[in-house]
Amino acid sequence: MKGFLVALAVAGTLLFVNGVFTGMLGPGLAMPPYLLQVLCLAGINITLAVSLNLINGFTGQFSIGHAGFMAIGAYASAYLTVTFGDRLRAALPFLPSFGRESVVLLLALSMGAVLAAIAGFFVGVPSLRLRGDYLAIVTLGFGEIIRVFILNIDAVGGARGYSGIPKLANFFWIYLFAGAAILVVYRIVHSSFGRTLVAIREDEIAAEAMGVHTTRAKVISFVVSSAMAGIAGGLFAHYLMYVHTNSFTFLKSFEIIIMIVIGGLGSISGSVLGAVLFITLTEGLRQFAQYRMVLFSLLLIVIMIVRPQGILGHKEFVTFLTKRRRSLGDAPGASGDE
Amino acid sequence: MTTFLQQLVNGLSLGSIYALIALGYTMVYGVLRLINFAHGDVYMVGAYTGYYLSRRLQGSEPSITSALLVMLGSMLVCALLGIIIERFAYRPVRREARLTLLITAIGVSLFLENVAQLLFGPDPKFFPSLAPRTDFLVAGVRLTSEQITVIVVSFLLMVLLRFFILKTRTGKAMRAVSFNLDAAKLMGISTDGIIAVTFALGSALAAAAGVLIGMQIPKIDPLMGILYGLKAFVAAVLGGIGNVPGAVLGGLLIGSSEVMVVGYLSSTYRDAIAFGILILVLILRPQGLLGRVRKEKV
Repeated sequence: MKGFLVALAVAGTLLFVNGVFTGMLGPGLAMPPYLLQVLCLAGINITLAVSLNLINGFTGQFSIGHAGFMAIGAYASAYLTVTFGDRLRAALPFLPSFGRESVVLLLALSMGAVLAAIAGFFVGVPSLRLRGDYLAIVTLGFGEIIRVFILNIDAVGGARGYSGIPKLANFFWIYLFAGAAILVVYRIVHSSFGRTLVAIREDEIAAEAMGVHTTRAKVISFVVSSAMAGIAGGLFAHYLMYVHTNSFTFLKSFEIIIMIVIGGLGSISGSVLGAVLFITLTEGLRQFAQYRMVLFSLLLIVIMIVRPQGILGHKEFVTFLTKRRRSLGDAPGASGDE
Repeated sequence: MTTFLQQLVNGLSLGSIYALIALGYTMVYGVLRLINFAHGDVYMVGAYTGYYLSRRLQGSEPSITSALLVMLGSMLVCALLGIIIERFAYRPVRREARLTLLITAIGVSLFLENVAQLLFGPDPKFFPSLAPRTDFLVAGVRLTSEQITVIVVSFLLMVLLRFFILKTRTGKAMRAVSFNLDAAKLMGISTDGIIAVTFALGSALAAAAGVLIGMQIPKIDPLMGILYGLKAFVAAVLGGIGNVPGAVLGGLLIGSSEVMVVGYLSSTYRDAIAFGILILVLILRPQGLLGRVRKEKV
């Protein structure tokens, strides 16, 4: 009951902030559209980073095909709203228009999440038997295969891109789902199943010897992570109203990797920090656009040399400041990595 | 039948390029157990060095000598680049977790791509023709002089490499390092030196591939290394990573199958086929065609 009230309060606050930002509660308070868009894209990136961190940071499996699952979510949900959106709205005459749009969006997002999860399952089962670098390359390959297949489906625009998607997502929905993603990952990581995942990260062979069904645990975390990427993709599509397969190349996957590596693999607040830093830097350096990626790649190399665990390491922001509590997975005396 | 033979020739010449790049992946993996993500970008730098060198030499008629000069120059530049990458990016993290090494490699790759976009401009450039060109017709199959050059040159380079690895002292040391780095060090082998040599050799081969692709498909751009690099990596895995003849076999197989898919199915799937092969190999025979199984010891 308490959790429900907290969730309700958070949703209410978000709705209020959304109203302020979009100028619904007086145009003087409205946020400049450009800043609002940056803020919304940051929210989507937070969802992506937090979800990828579940598999890369906590389970210790290196996946670089996250953009593929995002693409599935984006296209599947967009297809649903574009093709069946009107029929759905007609079936709900008793709801106010806000409610109708919400139902359509939620249905579309769930469809994106389910399809991305199914894809995650079929990618995960064969590839998660592989370790380290091989897994990285296979996920990269799957990401590209997904992209090429979508590119060849004419019903969703093919090479022209998919346009005409209604703008259903806004600040409220994006941050609601970002919060949900953080909550889900937090709850998973702090459950006994989460400790299983961390055990796999620390030493897969030892975990297996202790009776952990490693493949099953890895596949579950992969599927959950893919589903969240699918939701992020759906929000992305319904926020920008246009998607093209070029937005989901492996460069997008690399961007998400950069976010979680900078913030700290195995730290939820680190992922949030990394996503926010990444967006701030990309937008802040817009006038030096051509130097931007040079800077990011150098930053990645330097961080790997100087502080391979990222800014926050395995710690969460709160524990990082107070150091009262040892964070999850930090064995005494261990530096944290493998 | 003639169409099939024609496709096969095209496939072999593309495949030799993949094979040359795959050799670099396999050699580096052999000594460091690292997938050198930046290798495809070294190949791109090789192509650009070739482009600028041949622009320099363009006053003279296209001749075999100038082509040779361009190729050697570009191989030298990339060998240096390989050594620099190893020294400043990979050596500091060599003892860290494998994941750290992998992320560093991704960082180096992104760095090279973006610096190349700054230096060379993001638009594709057109490679000038280096050698006089003629076409031959053998049994209804058209062979361009470029294709013959590509196949002959890459074959020569691979034979040279094999000789180097099997018959020289440095090659022997390289095999020792790839067998067991720590034991090799205890035996008095300068492992740092050998690793640097490995990077130099692999990068030089990639540069040769870059110049050869410039002769065959004369359009080069700063992001060309990504896809070629990935496909060459697939070739290395297909042949059995760490295995030199395997890389060549894998390269030829990937090149031919790609050309066949484009010829008989659809060109939109040309980039998916390599990954499809990779996934099949990793599921059915993870050690590759010629690789041996390594047991993991605790």
